[in-house]
Amino acid sequence: MASPLSPIIEFRDVSFHTAGTQILSGLNLKVDLGETLVLLGRSGSGKTTTLKLVNRLLSPTRGEVRVNGVSNADTDLIRLRRSIGYVIQEVGLFPHFTVERNIGLVPRISGWPEDRVRARVPELLQLVGLAPEFGSRYPHQLSGGQRQRVGVARALAADPEILLMDEPFGALDPITRDELQREFLSLQQKLRKTVVFVTHDLREALRLGSRIALMEAGRLVTVLAPQEFLHSNDPAVAAYVRAFGDGLESAANRGTS
Amino acid sequence: MNVFRFILQNHEQVLELTLEHLWLVGLSTLFATLIGIPLGILIAHRPRLNKPVLAGANIIQTIPSLALFGFLLPLPWLGERADRLAILALTLYALLPIIRNTYTGIRGVDPAVMEAGRGMGLTESQLLLQVELPLALSTILSGVRVAVVISVGLATIAAAIGAGGLGEFIFRGLAMVDNRVILAGAIPAAMLALAADLGVGWIERRLQAQ
Repeated sequence: MASPLSPIIEFRDVSFHTAGTQILSGLNLKVDLGETLVLLGRSGSGKTTTLKLVNRLLSPTRGEVRVNGVSNADTDLIRLRRSIGYVIQEVGLFPHFTVERNIGLVPRISGWPEDRVRARVPELLQLVGLAPEFGSRYPHQLSGGQRQRVGVARALAADPEILLMDEPFGALDPITRDELQREFLSLQQKLRKTVVFVTHDLREALRLGSRIALMEAGRLVTVLAPQEFLHSNDPAVAAYVRAFGDGLESAANRGTS
Repeated sequence: MNVFRFILQNHEQVLELTLEHLWLVGLSTLFATLIGIPLGILIAHRPRLNKPVLAGANIIQTIPSLALFGFLLPLPWLGERADRLAILALTLYALLPIIRNTYTGIRGVDPAVMEAGRGMGLTESQLLLQVELPLALSTILSGVRVAVVISVGLATIAAAIGAGGLGEFIFRGLAMVDNRVILAGAIPAAMLALAADLGVGWIERRLQAQ
């Protein structure tokens, strides 16, 4: 049974390989309700694969992924995906849909009544800091930051419990990224979604994560809170911290500032 | 000019043959579209089928049209009526551009858009109808456009097996060594090709506007 104390996402001894390449091996990981778990690692470390196993864009070769206490292989695929928000770096907005239709898509295909969808869209636009007029625009008329905001709004549209974010701010310029990270934090304070967030940027991980899971070559190295991460003696963690250099304390201290 | 005088004098026959021509081209394009678009969708999703299907359509394209009309002649039911034969042959020729453009159009859809759609829980048919086909539409229609223009030209040869159409004037003119008669077939055929090209372009814009 899924009580509030049980993990909302759980990886049980999960391995994944394609065409002879081992991408993920023996992953055991729990994500708690309402936390932001950051999967941190270099490219090829298996963090995106881990994320895609949650909404079954990929299926594990071994082991199981449980969502809300049930193996996600036993859940109806379409219903599973509609109950999980998904944001990717390339955003993936439908170029032939207006912002309004992009955001309203999941509620509409999930069978919400039209007037409820219509009321929901401006609400979401406001939530991500966009004026209601944006509803009638097309994705190509937006800046990169605005597009990613719409991507987040779209993922939140049907009010999912879980949000999967795959380097959502990776392609943005530093100033816009900073702005969106800040808004993510205040949004998360309001909404308390369970977020799994993939990034290779330690600064971003320290700033946004309630816990950081470091991955390397398909294995989970360790899971630590941001402050612990900075002062860990684990050689892999220490190497990652060293690579990013100075000024990390301030990023990890965002909760107190 | 005496070509135009000839056309005017024979305007009833020109009109009749033009309509026959339109019938051949229209019906064959319709069939080719009904077969070609689903085939194009299929091979875009089943990469293993892509090579054999495109190769098949390519081979058909390389058969000289006169020879193809000849090959089809002994077929039962079809061989009984020349226009059936002509429509089948024209359909086969029109397949390649339609299949290829459908395939290219669908494969050209941004993978990020597909992944986002899939991740959000769109079913495969929703992805096809709401994402892939609308985004591939202009590429698919430009394939149809090419097919129509090719068909208008090829359909003139259908007259060689007695299927009618504007080719009748052309063959008659060749036999009579009379350029006026040839042009009485060629000019309306060229105009038909232009009109068809514009027509499909217009349909494309209408669909795009939606």
